[in-house]
Amino acid sequence: MQLVLERRAERSTVVAIASPLIAIALTLVTIGILFAIIGKSPIEALRVYFVEPLTDPYPFFLQQEIAVKATPLVMIAVGLSLCYIANIWNIGAEGQFLVGAVCGSWLAVKTNGTDVGHWVLPVMLILGALGGAIYGLIPALCRVYFGASEILTSLMLVYVANLGLDYMVRGPWRDPHGLNFPTTAAFDPAASIGTLFEGPGRLHAGSIIALVVVMLGAVMLGRTLMGFQIRLVGAAPRAARFSGFDTNKLVLFTFAVSGALAGLAGIVEVAGPIGHLDPGVASGYGFTAIIVAFLGRLNPIGILFAGLFLALTFIGGEGAQIALKVPLDLTKVFQGILLFYVLACDSLIAYRVRLLRTARKVAPANA
Amino acid sequence: MKKLNIIAVLAVLVLGVMTFGAVHAADKLKVGFIYVGPVGDLGYTYQHEVGRRALQKALNDKVETTYLENVPEGADAERAIEQLARAGNKLIFTTSFGFMDATVKVAAKYPNVFFEHATGFKRAKNLATYAARFYEGRYIQGQIAGKMTKSNIIGYIVSFPIPEVISGINATMLGAQSVNPNVKFKIIWVNSWFDPGKEADAAKALIDQGADILTQHTDSPAAMQIAEQRGIHAFGQSSDMIKFGPHAQLTADTDYWGNYYIDRAKLVLDGKWKSDDTWDGLDKGMVVMAPYTNMPDDVKAMAKKTEEAIRTHALHPFKCPIVDQNGKTVECKGGDRLDNGQILSMNWYVKGIDDKVPGQ
Repeated sequence: MQLVLERRAERSTVVAIASPLIAIALTLVTIGILFAIIGKSPIEALRVYFVEPLTDPYPFFLQQEIAVKATPLVMIAVGLSLCYIANIWNIGAEGQFLVGAVCGSWLAVKTNGTDVGHWVLPVMLILGALGGAIYGLIPALCRVYFGASEILTSLMLVYVANLGLDYMVRGPWRDPHGLNFPTTAAFDPAASIGTLFEGPGRLHAGSIIALVVVMLGAVMLGRTLMGFQIRLVGAAPRAARFSGFDTNKLVLFTFAVSGALAGLAGIVEVAGPIGHLDPGVASGYGFTAIIVAFLGRLNPIGILFAGLFLALTFIGGEGAQIALKVPLDLTKVFQGILLFYVLACDSLIAYRVRLLRTARKVAPANA
Repeated sequence: MKKLNIIAVLAVLVLGVMTFGAVHAADKLKVGFIYVGPVGDLGYTYQHEVGRRALQKALNDKVETTYLENVPEGADAERAIEQLARAGNKLIFTTSFGFMDATVKVAAKYPNVFFEHATGFKRAKNLATYAARFYEGRYIQGQIAGKMTKSNIIGYIVSFPIPEVISGINATMLGAQSVNPNVKFKIIWVNSWFDPGKEADAAKALIDQGADILTQHTDSPAAMQIAEQRGIHAFGQSSDMIKFGPHAQLTADTDYWGNYYIDRAKLVLDGKWKSDDTWDGLDKGMVVMAPYTNMPDDVKAMAKKTEEAIRTHALHPFKCPIVDQNGKTVECKGGDRLDNGQILSMNWYVKGIDDKVPGQ
């Protein structure tokens, strides 16, 4: 006896749209039961997790925080989706994020305390994107010229970036008034992305950049020749070769773009909510963004919602730790269950599970 | 299909029946804590959690404590601290150096909430700082090591070259030199606070280079376990690690924050809280030496005597004259000893250490 997954002949559109909703509903029921088991009210828990962050009254502190948290995730994930659609595996977005943060910060550190004008921030953003792109091109070039697996090289370069960041903030860029602690001086206003509104929220212009990135990503994938190439190479590599598309060029292009977006996210995060460079900048956004990319079905619009949703679970989870005194682990279990159901629902829509009673039985020839 | 229906109905019932509102105690002082690690790290964060529990126990009818664990030191920190402030916490402890700027920003936005940042140096009207004089315990450990070593080589596993760590190395060396002028240190930087694999590798390498005593400024008990296996001695760090080295641990330089947390909460309750820079050690019980074990009685007696002398301020580990690595006598800004500023920004080694401070 064995279980097999069998591709369904046709997919129902209604079910395809309902799939994520079913997954969320199943997650809610499961997590509700979990809360009931540990003696907390499930309704109260779900309210703290999902309703409270979304219904926070003016000045919308929690909603702003969701956007702040989602901003780097969405930016990185849009870039990664271009790679993943074309079956090119950039796993090192975290490294490109850090290199972008370091490259952009160079200007902020060099101009610190001088009054040089408003061109500083835009140039920082450009430097960040450039740095990320160049760092992303290293594994791409290694693959194109030496056939090295980009999965390995891009991942290993994360550690290199981490140590490079560490070296800069402990050595040359250390704040001279910081008692030798490993951090740069706080960035000047000219080198910082300010908040959009007065008051407690931290919503900043980086979120607008993320929205623009989503729109450009959607247009590029859906409406341009390059987008077509990416999709074709992913779906039918042989056909793509026959039609004369150069896979190597595509590897370089997607790595450069995803590296640039990760680098941009890095410098936006440092010049925005953090405000200085220190080793704590490395907090795993580049890896979380991989989840966001797949949760959003490798579709820029989907990624926008996936990023916002994942941010919501982070912020709701914090609220739950405070209001319900549940451990952080429950938030992680919760995120895990959600991913599990999303993937399970997806699979069960595309495939049907069949129980084969005897493996040896041969299907009738005329079936 | 029917079974699925039944499960769904049951689940809805469970959800429906289990509703009850959260009960809030209105009059209690709410105290919040932000931890950089998980409460189960058996080291630094765990000791803060022990302190929080002591506070909750001591003032159970007057305070309500909450914590957020594993908070990253990046952009998330500011939001996490602000969430605690918004939830009505009137006293908030941010327990890691990396939370400094985030704490400063939130403190500016919530002038009626009192903030306390551990191991930092930025203060405001409603933002105090606190730290422990870990180097006091390390001086005692240095003396014990100086007496106990046969090879005259002490292995030292360190995390990051920040002043707290450098002053710990120096205090250990000064303690060791006070009883044994021939002591040498072998130092390995593992560039992490908590990485049991790297810490264990460093411990093995140090033992292979002849070290017969290990000390560490990293948080895991890995080195202690290696010392136990190899039959040598070691010192615990942050918390008592005797469980991991019943025959190896000589003592441990442990942090105990409970008294401080209780004092500060009482000040808020009495309306007397003000921004301070607290830096306590053995005298106030913020640094506590784990029991002296696995050593002869005369060494134990010496350690206890030194501990008493430091506690009563008769002895200061950084008493002058102090000569630096290059043979230059260090200026004594604190009269007969280094002043707090010199210790808090220390980035040089004392004479006798033949390593180089990274990044200098």
